Amino acid sequence: MSDETDTSPLLVKGTASARRRDLALRIAIPFLVIALLILVWYAYVKLSGVPPYILPGPAAVANAFVTDWGTLAPALWVTTKITFMSLMLALVGGVGFAIFLVQSRWVELAFYPLAVILQVTPIVAISPLILIYAPSTQVALLICAFLVAFFPILSNMVQGLKSVDHNLINLFELYGASRWQTLIHLKIPAAQPYFMTGLRIGGGLALIAAVVAEFAAGSAGAGSGLAFRLLEAQYRMNIPRLFAALLMLSMLGVAIFGLTTLIAWLSLHRWHESSIKREN
Amino acid sequence: MLPADTQAVSPKETRKRPLVVMQSVSKVFSSGTVALSNMSLTVESGEFVSLLGPSGCGKSTALRIIAGLGDVTSGTIDWPSSRINSRGLPEGDIGFVFQEPTLMPWKNVFDNVHLPLRLRRVSKAAAHDQIMEVLTTVGLQDFARAYPRELSGGMKMRVSIARALVTKPKLLLMDEPFAALDEITRQKLNDDVLRLWKATGITVIFVTHSVFESAYLSNRIVVMKARPGRVHADVPLITSLERDAHYRTSEEYRKACETVSHSLIGAINSAGDH
Repeated sequence: MSDETDTSPLLVKGTASARRRDLALRIAIPFLVIALLILVWYAYVKLSGVPPYILPGPAAVANAFVTDWGTLAPALWVTTKITFMSLMLALVGGVGFAIFLVQSRWVELAFYPLAVILQVTPIVAISPLILIYAPSTQVALLICAFLVAFFPILSNMVQGLKSVDHNLINLFELYGASRWQTLIHLKIPAAQPYFMTGLRIGGGLALIAAVVAEFAAGSAGAGSGLAFRLLEAQYRMNIPRLFAALLMLSMLGVAIFGLTTLIAWLSLHRWHESSIKREN
Repeated sequence: MLPADTQAVSPKETRKRPLVVMQSVSKVFSSGTVALSNMSLTVESGEFVSLLGPSGCGKSTALRIIAGLGDVTSGTIDWPSSRINSRGLPEGDIGFVFQEPTLMPWKNVFDNVHLPLRLRRVSKAAAHDQIMEVLTTVGLQDFARAYPRELSGGMKMRVSIARALVTKPKLLLMDEPFAALDEITRQKLNDDVLRLWKATGITVIFVTHSVFESAYLSNRIVVMKARPGRVHADVPLITSLERDAHYRTSEEYRKACETVSHSLIGAINSAGDH
């Protein structure tokens, strides 16, 4: 079989300079838009004469960001910790529970509705209860954020585990693969794209839940997260600090998004359609 | 093959033991559809048998049943010349090629071909030579590190064939493997499969709905008919000619196609009759 005349359609790579220009634009354009918005903000504050305790200018916010760093940074760290720990728990729990669910139709029938009930009940509504049962506020926040991030990971993973190419399952059966081998070598790798979707949604939701749960818990004092600092700044009419805390939260959100996107890219870019650039 | 050779081969043929014997096999799906009714088929070692028929005649079902994918409703399948494992299948003796290449997109060509051995806990290092050998057989030795998405349809099919061959099976089951390929690629792969069959002496059961493909490849064509699926005719195709580009334009090939076509038309017209 050596008279191979098939063309080898290895993807034609664009020229290096064109790709570099594309990358530069992709980074530059969003920054330009943000810079423009800050400029508009600055101009509005300057021209309208709105007092800084209603709407501070960008300079005042930047100043608060620096001077209040000592207060805000520990809170940022607490929120970051809760977000990532709950995301980790949700990953382990979501993937583990998904694997458990797809073992049999009866198991799924019995347990999936429970997961749905947990998901559709608004988390803020359960949080008072969680606060009573949890040994500390931090643990309560962790549970809240976990519950929110858990479901998208679970449902995507279940979908992924069930979407494996039927012929590949037959092939594994043909070679006498055990249940375990089929799971490890086929189902889990095949579910990767779905898992990555769950991870990205779960990552965003974990942060939202960590903040919302803290609002609901009304935790205060040292050892509190950014949500408490937001409320505190509001009560004190320290609007620049409120903006600075908000800025931190969105930066944390962007970082989580970037991280989950990077993980998805690392695991999918070599083979999955969603990560492949087409020239046409 | 010259006529003299054919005579020389005959006594050897009689010594051969059947590789697989299907006896009165029926298959009824849970929906109530009778996919196969009372099908009997004996395939000798070294044969190239095509299962030919219209869609719904149960040819793919028959192939899957031989592979042990799905139970029979009634009837038996025996492997007189093989060692049988606990699932009633000949251990490592079956290679299967699906209609789609059915590769794992997250693994490169080498790892895809490694799969059957990996499932038997043969490490990559231990399987390396075996995998490269079979990749060379299908002409893909330079593409071991490529991912399926980087390959053309024909090349993916070759990977699929290499994977089926890596365990050195006695029987190769092919389920309309080239139906989705263009005519030129398909003819080339037909030649490749024939060359492989001659070189290794492997037994092939080839499911197709193409008269021309079956007449070109096989030395025996089992024509099947639908509603319910069963054997309509068993057509031996013995030719003294080498099956190559010349054979495609020969009078003998034309006649073979004609015979098979007539049989297939008969199968289609009598479908549903009991």
